[in-house]
Amino acid sequence: MEGIKRFTADFGLPRLIITVYLLLLFASAPLVGVNLSASFSDVLIRVGMNGIMVLAMVPMIQSGCGLNFGLSLGVLAGLLGATISIESGVVGMAGFLVAIVVAQSFAALFGFGYGKLLNRVKGGEMMISTYVGFSSVMVMCIAWLVLPFKSPTMIWGYGGEGLRTTISVEGFWRHILDDFLVIRIGENFKFPTGAVLVFILAAFLVWVFFHLKLGTAVTAVGSNATYAKASGINVNRMRIVSVMMSTMLGALGIVVFQQSFGFIQLYDGPLYMAFPAVAAILIGGASVNKATLVHVFIGTLLYQGILTMTPAIFNAVLRVDMSDVIRVIVSNGMILYALTRKMKVAK
Amino acid sequence: MNAKLRLFLIENAVVILFILLIAFAIPVSRLPGKFLLQEILMRLGRNTFLVLALILPIMAGMGLNFGMVLGAMAGQMGLIFITDWGIVGIPGLLLAVILSLPISIVLGWVCGSIMNLAKGREMVTGFILAFFMNGLYMLIVLYAMGSLIPMMNSELLLSRGYGIRNVVGLDGVRQCLDNLIPLHVMGLKIPVFNYLIIAGVALLIIWFRKTKIGQDMRAVGQDRAVSGASGIPVERTRILAIMISTVLAGIGQVIFLQNLGTINTTSSHEQIGMFSIAALLIGGASVTKASIPNVIVGVILFHLLFLVSPMAGKNLIGSGMLGEYFRQFVSYGVIALALVLYEWKRVTQENASRATLRGGAAPSAAKGGAA
Repeated sequence: MEGIKRFTADFGLPRLIITVYLLLLFASAPLVGVNLSASFSDVLIRVGMNGIMVLAMVPMIQSGCGLNFGLSLGVLAGLLGATISIESGVVGMAGFLVAIVVAQSFAALFGFGYGKLLNRVKGGEMMISTYVGFSSVMVMCIAWLVLPFKSPTMIWGYGGEGLRTTISVEGFWRHILDDFLVIRIGENFKFPTGAVLVFILAAFLVWVFFHLKLGTAVTAVGSNATYAKASGINVNRMRIVSVMMSTMLGALGIVVFQQSFGFIQLYDGPLYMAFPAVAAILIGGASVNKATLVHVFIGTLLYQGILTMTPAIFNAVLRVDMSDVIRVIVSNGMILYALTRKMKVAK
Repeated sequence: MNAKLRLFLIENAVVILFILLIAFAIPVSRLPGKFLLQEILMRLGRNTFLVLALILPIMAGMGLNFGMVLGAMAGQMGLIFITDWGIVGIPGLLLAVILSLPISIVLGWVCGSIMNLAKGREMVTGFILAFFMNGLYMLIVLYAMGSLIPMMNSELLLSRGYGIRNVVGLDGVRQCLDNLIPLHVMGLKIPVFNYLIIAGVALLIIWFRKTKIGQDMRAVGQDRAVSGASGIPVERTRILAIMISTVLAGIGQVIFLQNLGTINTTSSHEQIGMFSIAALLIGGASVTKASIPNVIVGVILFHLLFLVSPMAGKNLIGSGMLGEYFRQFVSYGVIALALVLYEWKRVTQENASRATLRGGAAPSAAKGGAA
């Protein structure tokens, strides 16, 4: 009994419930006629799509800036990269790389300014990042209307103004990573090797970073800023580094997302993109001030698992689609739990 | 005198900025003055009550109550029930308010208690709580109503047999509050009764500030530790502030929707928090200070901007969407700005007071940025 209690405490009750729920969903899949291998494949594809955006949460949590609700800034940089890449007309892997390079440069710029701002408002980062994210999305909405893009795949035909709300990347770099070294087993199972590899590579780089001197300094700032300052670390600079990194990962994340999804979503699209990523890492066991790569992997898998399996099973059993409501309750419940609990991490 | 003027300008910078912006946008929009005046008169009657709901939590030091959306949900549920039961006119509205009360009281208590678990992070907690509760609200309205909760009027239900339709028409109660005391001045319709209610609540808030509980609330807002030490039940006072705010938001939502005449079942409440908060801030309030004049000025300015910016955008750049996005940018941006100013001030003060602890170092040391 004592062992169970300790396990629950270490693992975190919400995470335990969500894991059990997900396992139940998978277990019931064959019983209600849902194709299990297709489901596994869907989950994996979505992990590859969303993983890097969840990873983007790590640097800012580690440096004490809290949950990055302003991930939309990174997403906007990613959108700029993607649209400029399509405008340039380069297709295939080269076009994808152009998108990433352009996105990273914008993200570095945005992240620097965003970091500067957050340094002024220590302690109030989360709410401010939310609204800075929201208002930036709106500024970019205006920009999408007036920027002089010419590519016919992106602008409206007659009578329209500005860019389309969704732009297909088909013929440019759709599924460029998903189909890279893709492993197909049977009719329904597809392992998106390229996307998963990129996710793992990005995670590895983040791991390496946090074992370098710079990364250790960032963690020190997050653990105890006064102590870090006393040891000669430039607190503000470390925080800017973490914010820039988070924004750049967000930009990379959205470009990887787009190649799998097949579309670039402009205008209101990025408004709430930070929230699933925040919820995912918290479901993985992170807290507001501590996150590891294990949290990223477990969190992305659990969150995307629920998102994929819930509608499938519920539709098959109850003939109702409650998945959206369940998603809203689970993800925001998780964020609430993280905001209200004492500062402790699940292992 | 000059220094006084400067202080006035600094303190009212936001208001002045928005007045200038609107003064520029109104002529560009080419909207007739009479139309604008009528709209503002109506919108004052519709929205002011909701914005008033924000004042008490600010007084109690809990910042902008993003959790007011919870109250709006309660009000909406009340309205759905009276529409279902076919109760019309003022009795219908009264019943809607009465039905909303128990829901908003419970939700307010939940919200206050959760915020007590997250002291210092009340705003972001309320913000997320609103999303979370929205999930529960959807669960009730879209799945439980008509199946677990019996509904009499099948016209309200979705074709699948349960769940409320996306749009609920409030024909029975539409504008019956606005028209209760009809007054037309030079062709302008004035919702006198709404103004009376708003004035009543405003007076109530002014009176409440002077009561023992009101004073306690202000003390808690100033300094939790000191108030606790002097015997004020801090947590209970904070919960009370949020409960009152939630209840007011519920009533406010009923007033708001009777004017609109329709409920968007899944979205009418969602934006209310943001619009009310943005209006309050444009009126010159801050995270720590809000007064009744702030509310009224804010509602007028925010809604003027709301009205003119799409047309102004269209006439200026030839794009209606541009004005629409600009308006949304302003709503989000003014909240971001207010929060930044507030936290910036707090951090600077903290650093300055730390600098004096270090033995009266120059205030410039505060710029070094200790965390």
